[in-house]
Amino acid sequence: MAASETIGATARERATDYLAKRHRFRLAEALPWLIAIAVFFIFPTRMTFGSQVLVMVMFALSLDLILGYAGIVTLGHAAFFGVGAYTVGLAAARLDWTEPISGLFAAAIAAGLVGFVTGWFLLRYRGLTLLMLTLATAILLQETGNLRSDISGGYDGLPGLTFKPLLGVFDYDLYGHTYYLYVLAVLAVVFYLVRRIVYSPFGQALTGIRENVRRMHAIGSPVHRRLVTVYTIAAAIAGVAGALFTQTNAYVTLTVFDFDNSAKVMVMLILGGTGRLYGAFVGAAVYMVLEDYFSKLSPTFWQFGIGLMLILAVLFAPRGILGVFERFGTYLAERKRS
Amino acid sequence: MTAALQVEKLNRNFGALPVTRDVDLTLERGARRALIGPNGAGKTTLVNLITGVLKPHSGRVLLSGDDITASSQAERARRGLARTFQINQLFRGLTVLENLCMTVGERDGHCNNLWRAAGSKRDVIDEAIGYLDSLRLTDDALKLVRELPYGRQRLVEIAIALAQKPRVLLLDEPAAGVPSSESHLILDVVAALDPDIAVLIIEHDMDVVFRFAKEITVLVQGAVFTQGTPAEIMNNEQVRAVYLGQEGHRGGHHG
Repeated sequence: MAASETIGATARERATDYLAKRHRFRLAEALPWLIAIAVFFIFPTRMTFGSQVLVMVMFALSLDLILGYAGIVTLGHAAFFGVGAYTVGLAAARLDWTEPISGLFAAAIAAGLVGFVTGWFLLRYRGLTLLMLTLATAILLQETGNLRSDISGGYDGLPGLTFKPLLGVFDYDLYGHTYYLYVLAVLAVVFYLVRRIVYSPFGQALTGIRENVRRMHAIGSPVHRRLVTVYTIAAAIAGVAGALFTQTNAYVTLTVFDFDNSAKVMVMLILGGTGRLYGAFVGAAVYMVLEDYFSKLSPTFWQFGIGLMLILAVLFAPRGILGVFERFGTYLAERKRS
Repeated sequence: MTAALQVEKLNRNFGALPVTRDVDLTLERGARRALIGPNGAGKTTLVNLITGVLKPHSGRVLLSGDDITASSQAERARRGLARTFQINQLFRGLTVLENLCMTVGERDGHCNNLWRAAGSKRDVIDEAIGYLDSLRLTDDALKLVRELPYGRQRLVEIAIALAQKPRVLLLDEPAAGVPSSESHLILDVVAALDPDIAVLIIEHDMDVVFRFAKEITVLVQGAVFTQGTPAEIMNNEQVRAVYLGQEGHRGGHHG
């Protein structure tokens, strides 16, 4: 009797311990940040490309929040990226508002607002219906920009944008060193926010909606409110990513709203692994480095390489690259135990 | 005294087919009522109407005297109306403990918090483990629900309903799909429920019904056929004819 009570107590303690410690930072989590800093020193001439990778990491991270955690399937996430990109683009070109950091806040608010309004209507639907409606949202925004090309610059875009020095001090250099560190710093802040949300009770409720929405209704969860909230947050983050995109490239065209952009970010996330936080880092980095490599290898047929990589990923790593590592980890742990 | 749950003249059609017809049903506080009836009698539909999954075409549902007919499913749940599903509705990819913590968190409004770590509220975890303890699920706390055998998943289903701290609990065939070697555990749990909770159980096994229920409602073709104590129902010739007579060739467990 005493023995079984001890076993019961340990099971109880183990369970409590697991939940109580799950949100703590692990040592391995420093790795992607160390790599990002190392890249700064090792590839000083590739900083513009590096910034683009970091922007896509942030974009994929925002998608992970809604797709990986809340299970919202969307093919129109570029809508919010585009709204953010155009917020700073138009502010700089038409209003001469070129201070970069306040631009990020403006982009977050604008994209978040669009996310809130569209989400309020769209998130009553699920599955294919939602897929079509999100896709349509991005197209509508794109065409609105096209209709008023006198303001948006249309598909020719808003070229040659210049922004004020960062914090009024750090000016932008030819190789984009400042930009790289700037984007990395913003990414770190955004990542911290997302991480807090994911491990919060709200984040738990999102996984509940992903796993079984009928059960969530039955236990009294305000599902629609939860979905609209996370959709708004994800839209704001995608907006910041879009704003950084405009600032790093110093130009923006309506192609940011392209279906291509929505699909690409989803592919990156799935490649890295959904619902895992770091899947966005791995997926975006691997995709963009390979894309860069293939396009140099063969400027005409580089997409063949991307396609091949995706087929291999779907066949052999259905839960993403991080999923493979995870499986390898449990395999090692089990071998050690036996 | 106001009844815990009152259903008045509830009607619902699926197209031209009336599936719920003028149903009146009352659960007093602490009631132990069984809802029986042949397959297709509309038992699960009635549960769906009461919990708000479906909207009635006419009639009212009152919870502790308050009209909740227009309320959403989630709102009804927050007011103390809980149910289990005939087929498990669980968070299969999450651990058993997370299933319970989520329920407690949504019940108490913790899930509105985007900033605090979910694991930092010890009382939520302790309460969740308390429910697992009472159903002997603690050893499985860190297993994913989908890794559990169906019978144990069934217990998680009940644990979630208990964690909602309901005033009214609707059990839709709690032992369905569970091998008889394990079903006694579920039935023991049902028998030991808090005497303050009003319970409506849908069940096909007449031994369970007669053991558990103090009152029985017989539903036939969407309408209340008769109600009464187990003894009255057992001795009712008409009930025997339409329902109990089927005992000999009772087939599936479909509601």
